[in-house]
Amino acid sequence: MDRRYRRRRWTNSAMAVLAGSCTLAVLTPLFLILGFLARTGLGALNWDFFTQLPGAAGEPGGGMANAIAGTLVLVALAAAIGIPVGVLGGTFLSEYPGTRLSRTARFAADVMNGIPSIVIGLFAYVLIVLPLRHFSALAGGVALGMMLIPTVMRTTEEIVRLVPQSVREASLALGIPQWKTTLRVVLPTAAAGIVTGIMVGVARIAGETAPLLFTAFGNRFWNWDFLQPIAALPIQIFAYAISPFDDWHRQAWAGALVLVAMVLIANVAARYAAGRQVKLR
Amino acid sequence: MRAPLIDRTTGIQAGDVHAWFDKLHALRGITMTIPERKVTAIIGPSGCGKSTFLRCLNRMHELVPGARVGGRVLLGEENIYSDGSDPVLIRRRVGMVFQKANPFPTMSIYDNVGAGLTLAGERSRRRVEQVVEQSLRAAALWDEVKDRLHKPGTSLSGGQQQRLCIARALAVSPEVLLMDEPASALDPASTLRIEELARDLAQEITIVIVTHNMQQAARVSDLTGFFLDGELIEFGATNDLFTRPTDRRTEDYITGRFG
Repeated sequence: MDRRYRRRRWTNSAMAVLAGSCTLAVLTPLFLILGFLARTGLGALNWDFFTQLPGAAGEPGGGMANAIAGTLVLVALAAAIGIPVGVLGGTFLSEYPGTRLSRTARFAADVMNGIPSIVIGLFAYVLIVLPLRHFSALAGGVALGMMLIPTVMRTTEEIVRLVPQSVREASLALGIPQWKTTLRVVLPTAAAGIVTGIMVGVARIAGETAPLLFTAFGNRFWNWDFLQPIAALPIQIFAYAISPFDDWHRQAWAGALVLVAMVLIANVAARYAAGRQVKLR
Repeated sequence: MRAPLIDRTTGIQAGDVHAWFDKLHALRGITMTIPERKVTAIIGPSGCGKSTFLRCLNRMHELVPGARVGGRVLLGEENIYSDGSDPVLIRRRVGMVFQKANPFPTMSIYDNVGAGLTLAGERSRRRVEQVVEQSLRAAALWDEVKDRLHKPGTSLSGGQQQRLCIARALAVSPEVLLMDEPASALDPASTLRIEELARDLAQEITIVIVTHNMQQAARVSDLTGFFLDGELIEFGATNDLFTRPTDRRTEDYITGRFG
């Protein structure tokens, strides 16, 4: 009896240690990356980096102001496409789960989630760049938006499904029509989770490089015209990283740091906003 | 003087009501006349169809995928299952309180009660304010919540939440109030409050209450119907049904031989 008890206790602590070290193993790369980025990137971060255009090739100085703005523009465009389609689509999947349309859409979303991002870029190239005859912010935004749709759609579906049936019934029993029940009662109840899902999706596309290569293309200058090529942080980082200049290498690190920081800040802000909402479950 | 919250009420006549869940024939022809301004209790063992019947009275049954209803339900003069009748409008006239209190989790106490009005497009804040107070008073909750109307509805205790749901149902001035085991998740004290409330409300509005608690039916209702296997076995004055049941099965049930 005593031996068995001791054995069980030993197994219990061993498993706890194992599970704990697995958690550490997940966290370690994250902190290593953040630490490394901060160490190498912080040195090249200065006011110019946020306010200046890139310098001429090989010349020290200059910044990535246009790329930072460009990434914001591209993400905003993608969000304008991906969030409404994703949220409403996901709501449909959850509220009308058995229909043929929703089964097809769910399957399509899962397939789209698995399509390599470069293929999405190619598609936007054929769809927008070729007919318009030049690279454009619009094409980049559409490519990123198409990547955003399936993620937002599937997470919205999962979250909306978590809203208890009793909440829907309470509303319907008051004589509130189905569409209003969904829009004014069900979606607000699920809002916190939907926002989190959106943020995960946005964080993912903000760092995408491949779909931008032949859509947004990159730009050394400011551009506020949706139909012209636009700079983006990931492209700029790539271009600087493969250049032969030490100063550009340092700036590439700084760019990476800024990109990660932007995603992190957006995530924290969204969590904060969502945390003030009522929790489900 | 304010208009009263409940300005009219009506009885319900169920004629040969059948209900199905896919293939399962859950109600097998229920015919009963529910008089106005009375509490009518429906009792019976689990799975006898009593909740299903209640949900047929405000067209909530058909929300379950695969569910069907046959027969007719007269609300006053109108058959709620006739072709032209709109379930949304029927549900405004026949309010419902559920087994488990289900306040809208994102809304304050005030917004919960006002939801039926605001979501139906009521613009006048004065009117909403008035109805919210009237409804909370009618549900005997006003004194407990008047100082924290803008706290979340879910911050209340279980019994208070259930009374909040009653207030929410009353706010749209229904003609009938259906209660589906409204106290089954509550402690004895809160249960008594709900029962008293049902008695008080019955002076103005027709109430149908489903319960698996026979003492509750005896305490709260004027008439009682006993359901078994989707059929109405016996229906009559509560006192008679509990003291002199005419059907053997009713007697077996109320004396605790099964169920």
